[in-house]
Amino acid sequence: MLRALLLMLALAVPAVAQEAAAPSTAPDAPTGGLTDPLVIDRSATGGAPTLEDILARQEALRIDDSARRADVTGGPAPEVGGELGARGGASDPHLWRGIRFDDTDATSANRGPAATTLIQDGGMVWLQFRNGPLKLWSAWFLGGTILALALFYLVRGRIRLHGAPTGRTVTRFKAVERFGHWLLAGSFLALAVTGLLVLFGRIAIIPLLGHEAFAPIAVASKWIHNNVSWAFMLALVLIFVMWVVHNIPRLEDLRWLLRGGGLFGGGHVPARKFNAGQKLIFWSVILGGVILSVTGVSLLFPFQLPMYAGLFDIVNATGLPQATGYGPLPVTLSPQEDMQLAQIIHAVVAIGLIAVALAHMYIGSVGMEGAYAAMGDGEVEERWAMEHHSIWAEEAIADRDRRRGAPDGTPAE
Amino acid sequence: MKAMLIAFATCIVIAVIADIGLNRLGFSSSEQQSSPETVRLD
Repeated sequence: MLRALLLMLALAVPAVAQEAAAPSTAPDAPTGGLTDPLVIDRSATGGAPTLEDILARQEALRIDDSARRADVTGGPAPEVGGELGARGGASDPHLWRGIRFDDTDATSANRGPAATTLIQDGGMVWLQFRNGPLKLWSAWFLGGTILALALFYLVRGRIRLHGAPTGRTVTRFKAVERFGHWLLAGSFLALAVTGLLVLFGRIAIIPLLGHEAFAPIAVASKWIHNNVSWAFMLALVLIFVMWVVHNIPRLEDLRWLLRGGGLFGGGHVPARKFNAGQKLIFWSVILGGVILSVTGVSLLFPFQLPMYAGLFDIVNATGLPQATGYGPLPVTLSPQEDMQLAQIIHAVVAIGLIAVALAHMYIGSVGMEGAYAAMGDGEVEERWAMEHHSIWAEEAIADRDRRRGAPDGTPAE
Repeated sequence: MKAMLIAFATCIVIAVIADIGLNRLGFSSSEQQSSPETVRLD
């Protein structure tokens, strides 16, 4: 027994020593991350890729390629002469480096603005993000939202009227308001479903239904997404014009938020036409909708509306990216990079807005008794109005009575 | 309910008009990515 213990100890000592001797990484050494590329010494190879380059690439680490981009023999890369034919394709390191780093005046028979970018580095970063974290986080986020709403329903149940219904109704939304709301809701639902089909089709639909079934679904999704977008933009303007006055933040909104809208306390917090929760939804929809519209239009007209280089220039001037340690944002972007940024921003904002819409749909239907009527025929039960929007309800009821004559039959003065 | 149905119908009408309109204006993807100079005649 003692001999075995001594043997173990003898074996453990070199292992511990080896661990202690392992080189420690300096805290500020490059890690090969997206914003922190590895700097490799290529003096031994005269600037050519080293074994360290190859190993780092196998590990999918990012390498500082500024030296390789630069002309190691001095002077800029010459222009590509004529079209890429037998002569143009001669093994010329300048030419190939220029093509590799999109730093050459290539010409192309294709007249697209991005046709002369033959190799685009940023494309891989975009593809990996879109197929990796974007899909994963989106699925978790939307799944989590649905789960949270289901849990909320189980814990809180349906929010019911506390008092007895009066049998009288008050007009909550006029026909034009409901039209605007449903135009926005209908177009958003169509865009959300088709957008999710485009994003998740490959991993969710193809394994389920096969390539043959997904192909027409994808084509239809693209058509719907591209063309219904105009209805969404129009509805966004309509909604903004009609409801912005009612959604200006007020001090009472803070009280509503501090009391959680009375969701758990049981009491009702006074509110105007829109309570603080609805105002948050309104401004999320307007802000998110504008971002979706701008990025969406730039995706609808590929390469026609580049915006990020200019935008990044302005953001860099504020010093904000530098202060956060990411360094200045790139101000020279290939046409494809501009589109890829638009796609990522479009998708992230859309996922956020889908989550907001899910919560909104929940509370407007199964989550609250009497809420759907507001967007159904526009008439809500007077009790419901008094319990959920008391300040607005008093005004609306008084207005209704003035128009019709008093409820007890006495004519209005 | 009526407002909802009219809104959904409007949504479809706008989508069809957008598709036809953009194609007529020459904004189809194929037209944007091509030009008469694409074909080399010599």
